[in-house]
Amino acid sequence: MADLTTTFLGITSPNPFWLASAPPTDKEYNVRRAFEAGWGGVVWKTLGTEGPPVVNVNGPRYGAIHGADRRLLGLNNIELITDRPLEVNLEEMTRVKKDYPDRALIASVMVPCEEKAWKDILPRIAETGCDGFELNFGCPHGMAERGMGSAVGQVPEYIEMVARWCKEATDLPVIVKLTPNITNILYPAEAAKRGGADAVSLINTINSITSVNLDSMAPEPTIDGKGTHGGYCGPAVKPIALNMVAEIARNPATHGLPISGIGGITTWRDAAEYMVLGAGNVQVCTAAMTYGFKVVQEMISGLSQWMDEKGYTKTSDFIGSAVPNVTDWQYLNLNYVAKARISQDDCIKCGRCYAACEDTSHQAISMSADRVFEVKDDECVACNLCVNVCPVENCITMEQVPAGQMDERTGKPVPADYGNWTTHPNNPMATAAE
Amino acid sequence: MTTTPRENGIAAGRLAGPVLQENFCDLHAPLDAHEAKVAADRCYFCHDAPCMTACPTSIDIPLFIRQISTGTAEAAAKTIFTQNILGGMCARVCPTETLCEEACVRNTAEGQPVEIGQLQRYATDRMLDRAHPFARAEETGFSVAVVGAGPAGLSAAHRLAMLGHQVVVFDARPKAGGLNEYGIAAYKSTDGFAQKEVAWLLEIGGIEVRNGQKLGDQITLDGLREDFDAVFLGMGLAGVNALGLGEDKSGVMNAVDFIAGLRQASDLGSVPVGRRVVVIGGGMTAIDAGVQAKLLGAEEVTIAYRRGQQAMAASEFEQDLAKASGVRILCNVAPVGVTGNGSLTGVTLAYTDTQNGKLVVTDETFTLPADQLFSAIGQSLSGAPEAVTLEGGKIKVDENGHTSAKGVWAGGDCATGGDDLTVTAVAEGRDAAMNIHTVLMGGK
Repeated sequence: MADLTTTFLGITSPNPFWLASAPPTDKEYNVRRAFEAGWGGVVWKTLGTEGPPVVNVNGPRYGAIHGADRRLLGLNNIELITDRPLEVNLEEMTRVKKDYPDRALIASVMVPCEEKAWKDILPRIAETGCDGFELNFGCPHGMAERGMGSAVGQVPEYIEMVARWCKEATDLPVIVKLTPNITNILYPAEAAKRGGADAVSLINTINSITSVNLDSMAPEPTIDGKGTHGGYCGPAVKPIALNMVAEIARNPATHGLPISGIGGITTWRDAAEYMVLGAGNVQVCTAAMTYGFKVVQEMISGLSQWMDEKGYTKTSDFIGSAVPNVTDWQYLNLNYVAKARISQDDCIKCGRCYAACEDTSHQAISMSADRVFEVKDDECVACNLCVNVCPVENCITMEQVPAGQMDERTGKPVPADYGNWTTHPNNPMATAAE
Repeated sequence: MTTTPRENGIAAGRLAGPVLQENFCDLHAPLDAHEAKVAADRCYFCHDAPCMTACPTSIDIPLFIRQISTGTAEAAAKTIFTQNILGGMCARVCPTETLCEEACVRNTAEGQPVEIGQLQRYATDRMLDRAHPFARAEETGFSVAVVGAGPAGLSAAHRLAMLGHQVVVFDARPKAGGLNEYGIAAYKSTDGFAQKEVAWLLEIGGIEVRNGQKLGDQITLDGLREDFDAVFLGMGLAGVNALGLGEDKSGVMNAVDFIAGLRQASDLGSVPVGRRVVVIGGGMTAIDAGVQAKLLGAEEVTIAYRRGQQAMAASEFEQDLAKASGVRILCNVAPVGVTGNGSLTGVTLAYTDTQNGKLVVTDETFTLPADQLFSAIGQSLSGAPEAVTLEGGKIKVDENGHTSAKGVWAGGDCATGGDDLTVTAVAEGRDAAMNIHTVLMGGK
């Protein structure tokens, strides 16, 4: 049986599943329940400066995007950092860490962008026995308007500066949580590294309006007739986050910088995907908010089963395994040729592949009077749309055309050698092939 | 109430009022908004959808289900009514298990089709108390006579009125609706739905319904041809095939009359039924009669069918419904005699066999005790006007629904083609109306 014990920045937790800094980790009651359910660690909901805590709206805080059967695909929120006094949070963190020494407890922190503020608070929080810090440079609403959260995360110089202050103020690991509301994730990631951060965690939530109420003519969630953009999260954001994780993992300047992956992780498979793209562990929020803390049990059993099947004995066996296979478009092998294949045994004859291909792609699927759908190899460009719209998993697959065999679309045999855009004759910038 | 299910003979009130009410409530409770949403989510929005092809009225099923799932059930209803103005009744009585739902690709995928019939009901129910969704075109100046206010006649009348023609519907019965009102099982059309639907349909305007007008009695085809620019015949099959057994004994009657009486009864407790009932036949009428006899409190109900179960015209779903209601279905038996002196006491059945492709009644017989016998061995056209040619006992029509008589169209059960289903009658009425319109306007 695979060992899920994961050490991230020297912090060991029984599994790589941490709860992200968010409503589920706002207080002792929740965190105790989370640990009892099996979560490997938590990032405590962001602590702010001492004094009167922030206040939240008293109307709805969340908006949602639903899929079929009202399955929650995306959630946004306009909640701020903890609205409970600092002292209360610190007392609770101390008690919890004492009772669960084997679990990771990270303090998320957001104070004004002043050296003293950061240097004063970190040692105080460290007294709780927490295992490390996560600097919240990501929150896209409310706090950003006060010069914190993503307002810092969007300026690489600030990230570097604050990270440096924090590293000077504590010996504990410092994680910088990145906002995705930027043009290129590498700039803030590199800045974090320059500032001495031990790791980055990403993504924080994405600026969003989930829906508009067509009666009141206001965005949801609506508070007294008005709405504002909130932070988007949940399964819908996973592709965006995965790309950002992969970019950091394969960028020479940040390669090797530990990453805590966040964004729509709902199942063990999501977690495994983040980890093979370079995340040393993962943080979860929306899945817990949707289904409760028990979801971690499926994540644990699923990851464990997959590791056993693959022969991995520890998580470090596969972390980063897919990073070498993430490349730029220009290096993709243009001599690789595939064709769609429809399994007639599995086909339920819905015709969605036909509609998609005929109306919006390459007219490469034929339909007979008795609803038999077949791929026309002389038209198929292997775009994969039919695979994606087919309701039956694995009914349509992409099959490689072996080298030497005729590609009926081009009328030419499939080349055996690798060839990409950089050397392609149609590329005016092509470098001569050696 | 003194009668019990065990009382011999034919008696009313075998079950208490509340039990009857429960027995005759909606066969399928309507979907609520949440159930409809969940059911609608299962539709794959197939290309050139098989369900749509399977629907005799070609309702755009994927479109109306998508409209339900996006919160516009009224638009969904209009999609349905555009093709089938009796979409509400069809949602209740269509054998969807052999039509749209049988074709649903979800059957192949996981053996469970999208609940198309129930979703259609959900959408159409929402429209019933709203303003009629269609408006009439400008008056054409033409008038059309429609004979029969059943599904075919109503469908034709509505389409003709919508196209701007003046329509008079003649029906022999006191109420409009045809089989919707007098024929189908009560638990499929509860709360007076048939009459509500007729009233809603007539809101289009331009349609006058004259009841108590039977072709051959109060009205004649010649007269109608004289007075109207076109005639549509949709009077159904008013004749009932005779069993030729025991018609002299009390307790022997045809299933059609039993069902009609039950449908028109103001109190189900007043409908008499036997303790032991035998129904002869293998179609929907046999099932409807048998199940309703059981629901009224008959202790034993047996449906006897002369061929094998595969040959039954009643769908598998209907057969299962009968069995689940406690009705016994005996196949490969044919009635050969009745017992009783004045009142029926038993039905003698003989086993049948198929020899050289022909059904043969064997000498091996047995007698079922019975105090009531319903025959449900089919209906036939009666009183067909001489001017129209018949084929196989029905009015012969061409692909446009036109009969052999100029200016006379026909559709529904009385005409050739179709499967004697409500939904095919609706389609035929609609299509004949379109052809009538083409012919009338072409001549203008």
